[in-house]
Amino acid sequence: MRLEKCWFCSSTIYPGHGIQFVRNDAKIFRFCRSKCHKNFKMKRNPRKVKWTKAYRRLHGKDMTQDSTFEFERKRNRPERYDRNLAETTLKAIKKITKVRVEREAKHHALRMKGKKAKDHKEAVKELEQSIHLVKAPAVFQQDPTLTLPKMQVKVSQKQSEENNAMEE
Amino acid sequence: MVQYNFKKITVVPNGKDLIDIILSRTQRQTPTVVHKGYAISRLRQFYMRKVKYTQQNFHEKLSGVIDEFPRLDDIHPFYGDLLHVLYNKDHYKLALGQVNTARNLISKIAKDYVKLLKYGDSLYRCKSLKVAALGRMCTVIKRISPSLAYLEQIRQHMARLPSIDPNTRTILICGYPNVGKSSFINKITRADVDVQPYAFTTKSLFVGRTDYKYLRYQVIDTPGILDRPFEDRNIIEMCSITALAHLRAAILFFLDISGSCGYSIAQQAALFHSIKSLFMNKPLIIVCNKTDLQPLEGLSEEDMKLVMEMKAEAMKTVLGQGGEPANNEGVLLTMSTLMEDGVIAVKNAACERLLDQRVEIKMKSKKINDCLNRFHVAMPKPRDQKERPLCIPQAVLEARAKEAAEKEKRKTEKELENENGGAGVYSASLKKHYILANDEWKEDIMPEILDGHNVADFIDPDILVRLEELEQEEGLRQAEDMDDDFEMDGEELTAEEKEALTEIRKKKSLLIQQHRIKKSTAESRSIVPRKFDKDKQFTSERMGRQLSALGLDPSLAIKRARSRSLSRKGRKRERSRGDHGDAMDVDMDTPNKKLRVMSRSLSQSRSRSRPPSEVAPGEGFRDSAQKVKAIKLGKKSVKKRNKDARKGEADRVIPSLKPKHLFSGKRSIGKTKRR
Repeated sequence: MRLEKCWFCSSTIYPGHGIQFVRNDAKIFRFCRSKCHKNFKMKRNPRKVKWTKAYRRLHGKDMTQDSTFEFERKRNRPERYDRNLAETTLKAIKKITKVRVEREAKHHALRMKGKKAKDHKEAVKELEQSIHLVKAPAVFQQDPTLTLPKMQVKVSQKQSEENNAMEE
Repeated sequence: MVQYNFKKITVVPNGKDLIDIILSRTQRQTPTVVHKGYAISRLRQFYMRKVKYTQQNFHEKLSGVIDEFPRLDDIHPFYGDLLHVLYNKDHYKLALGQVNTARNLISKIAKDYVKLLKYGDSLYRCKSLKVAALGRMCTVIKRISPSLAYLEQIRQHMARLPSIDPNTRTILICGYPNVGKSSFINKITRADVDVQPYAFTTKSLFVGRTDYKYLRYQVIDTPGILDRPFEDRNIIEMCSITALAHLRAAILFFLDISGSCGYSIAQQAALFHSIKSLFMNKPLIIVCNKTDLQPLEGLSEEDMKLVMEMKAEAMKTVLGQGGEPANNEGVLLTMSTLMEDGVIAVKNAACERLLDQRVEIKMKSKKINDCLNRFHVAMPKPRDQKERPLCIPQAVLEARAKEAAEKEKRKTEKELENENGGAGVYSASLKKHYILANDEWKEDIMPEILDGHNVADFIDPDILVRLEELEQEEGLRQAEDMDDDFEMDGEELTAEEKEALTEIRKKKSLLIQQHRIKKSTAESRSIVPRKFDKDKQFTSERMGRQLSALGLDPSLAIKRARSRSLSRKGRKRERSRGDHGDAMDVDMDTPNKKLRVMSRSLSQSRSRSRPPSEVAPGEGFRDSAQKVKAIKLGKKSVKKRNKDARKGEADRVIPSLKPKHLFSGKRSIGKTKRR
C-alpha cells in the first residue's frame, strides 16, 4: 500500500479516497477529492491556482529546495528486509519531519520579516492622510493630538436656544 | 510454371443458360425506355448499344472459356497425355475450336448489324434490326451448346484429377490388378484408397505424400495393368501407362508371389517384360508382396527363375547408374502389407534409390557447379588415434543422484495444508522461504505508512550517516540563527493612534460599501440631484450628527440650513438673507409677532402641502398637465364598473361566430360533408 500525492493540489491521498484517471497514453492522474478532479476537468493549471502546493512552491511561498526532501524519494528497487534498518528508518522519519517542519517555519518567518515595519509605515501614513474622516481639520488645528472628538449636544436643544434668542 | 490446378476453371454454362444470362443482363444493364418520338439518332444509339453490349458479353464469356481450358501442347507432356487418354485430344481441341468460331461469328454479326442500324429510319426498323441481331447471336450459341456441355463435363472431371507435380520426387507403383498396390500406399501415406478383393478397384491415379530424410515424396498409385497388346488397352490402363511413360519416378513393380490375385507369376513376369521399355533410366525395385501367404524361399524353381530374370533386368537399371552390383537388396525386396512386414524397408529403399539418381543427374548438370561452391562440410581431422570419450565430473554425477532422491522425499505445501486442518483453517506462511540476514526476522511486520509518509521511500542503507549529517547541519544553522536573530522592535502605535486608525478604517469601509451599493443600482435608479431628496435622507439632524462626530459645532450650520429652507420662507425671502455667523439670529423681516407665529405654525404644520396640480420636484412628472392626467387615470381605475342589467362573466358569450378551424380544412380520413 502506498500513499500517493494528488496531482492537482499535492496533498496525500489516503486509501479509500479520491479518483484515479488513466489517460489514453497510460499516464495516471490521482486526485484527492472531487474539487481537484473538477478543476482538472476544467483544464485549470495547478500552477495558477492559488491554494495548491504547486503554486505555492512556484511563487516561493513554500520551501522548495532542501536536504530534507532528499530523504523521501521513490525507490524502485526493493531492499531486503533488515530489522535494524527498519527500526532506524522509523526513528529517522520522525526526526526528519521535525527538522523539515522547523525549516519551513523559518522560511515563512524569513518571508514575513519586513512586514511589521511596512505595516507600521503604512499605518502612520494613513493616519496622517485620512484623519479628516474622523476629525475635522479645523478641530485638528486647535487640538493637534489624535484624540477623537466626542459627539456634541443634540439638535433639539439648539432650537430652544434659538427660540429664546428670537424672543429677545 | 503453371500450377496443375484444374480446379480453378470457371463453370462453363449450358447453351440455353448462357443465352438467358446474356440476354437478361442486356435487359438490365442498358436503358430500356424508348419512345418513337425521340430523335432518330437517339433511337439508333439506343439499339446499337444493345447489340454491342450483347456482343461484348458473349465475347467475354466465350473468351473466358477458351483461356481457362489448358492447351494440351503447352502443358507438361504427362498431363497432355493424361488428358488425351481421358478425353481424346482431338475432341477436346475441336470443342474449343468451335467455341472460338462462335465467338468470331458473333463479333461479325454485331458489326454487320451495327452498320445497318446506322441507317435505320424509324423506331420499328431499328428495333427489328436489333431483334434480328440478337436472334442470330443466340442461334450461334445454340448450335455450339453440345460443345459447351462436353467442355463442362471435361471441366468437372479435370477438377477431380489428383494434383501431381511432374517434376518432384515421385514413386510409382505398378503391377497386375489386386497385387496390393493400394494397400501399400495406404500404409505409407495418408491416402485412403479403396481396397477390395475384385480387380480394377482403383480406376484412376491416386496420389499420396510421404516423407523420407526431411524430403517430401509423391507416391502414385496406378490402376492395375493387364498383359495385352498396346492397342487393346482401355482408358484406365492407359492412365497408368501414361504415368509410367512420362513421370521421372522410382518404380516399384509389385509381384504377388502367392498368386492370390488370380494371376500366376509367369503372367506377371510376362507383363514385366512387355513394359520394361518404360523402365528406362528409372530406378526400379521389384517388390514381392504377400509373403505372409507364400515366402520367397518357398517358390518353385520356374517361378524362382522368372523372378531372377526380372531381378537381372532391374540390376541393369542399377548398373546403368554406375551403381553397385553387390547391392542385392536394393533391387529385390519382399514384404507383406497385411503383416506390415518390410513395408518401411521398401519405402526407404525406393526413396534412397530415387534420391541418389536425382542427385547424380543434378551433379552432372551444369547448374550444379554454381551451387557446389557454396556448401562445404568440414570434418575435423583426427590428430592421432587416441580415443576421447565423454568426461563427466564426479560431483555432477553425485548432485544428479541427490536431486533425484530429494525429489521423492520433498513435502509439498498442499500436504502441509491438509495436515494442519485443510483450506479454511490453515493459512500458509508465505514468508517461510525468505532469505534474510537473520532468520528471526522472517515473521516481522514492518509498517508501510507513518505519519502520512511511505516508509519504503525512506529506506536507505546509509540513512544513519545522512541523518548524522543532517543533524550537524541543523546544529550549525541554529547557531547561526541565534546570532542573526534580533527582533525588529520598531516603533509601535500608541493606543490613541490605534483607536483613530480603526475609526478611519471603519469609515472608509462604510464609504466603500455605500459606493458599491450606489454603483450597482445606478442603472435602475434615476439620477436625481441631492436637493430633491425623496427619502428624506438629507435632514438637518443628520448633518448635525455628522458634524458633531467630526468635532465641529453644528448649531450655526443647522440654523442657517433651517432659515434657508423653502418651506419656511418661500422663495422670495432668499435674497434678503445675510450671513450672520453668530448663534443669535435676528429676524428683521417679520416684525409682527403674530405673523411670525402664524407663519411658523404654517410652516410647521403645512410644510408639505401643495395644490394637486403642482409638481413636486422628486415625483417624476414632467409638468403639471402630466400630473393631472396621471391623477385622473388613477381615480378612474378605482371606480366601480356599472354592471346593471348587463351580461356578466357567467353569461354565455360566443367570442367568434365562425371560427376558422371549424369551417375550413380537410379531414385526414372520411368525407367532409358536414361541419
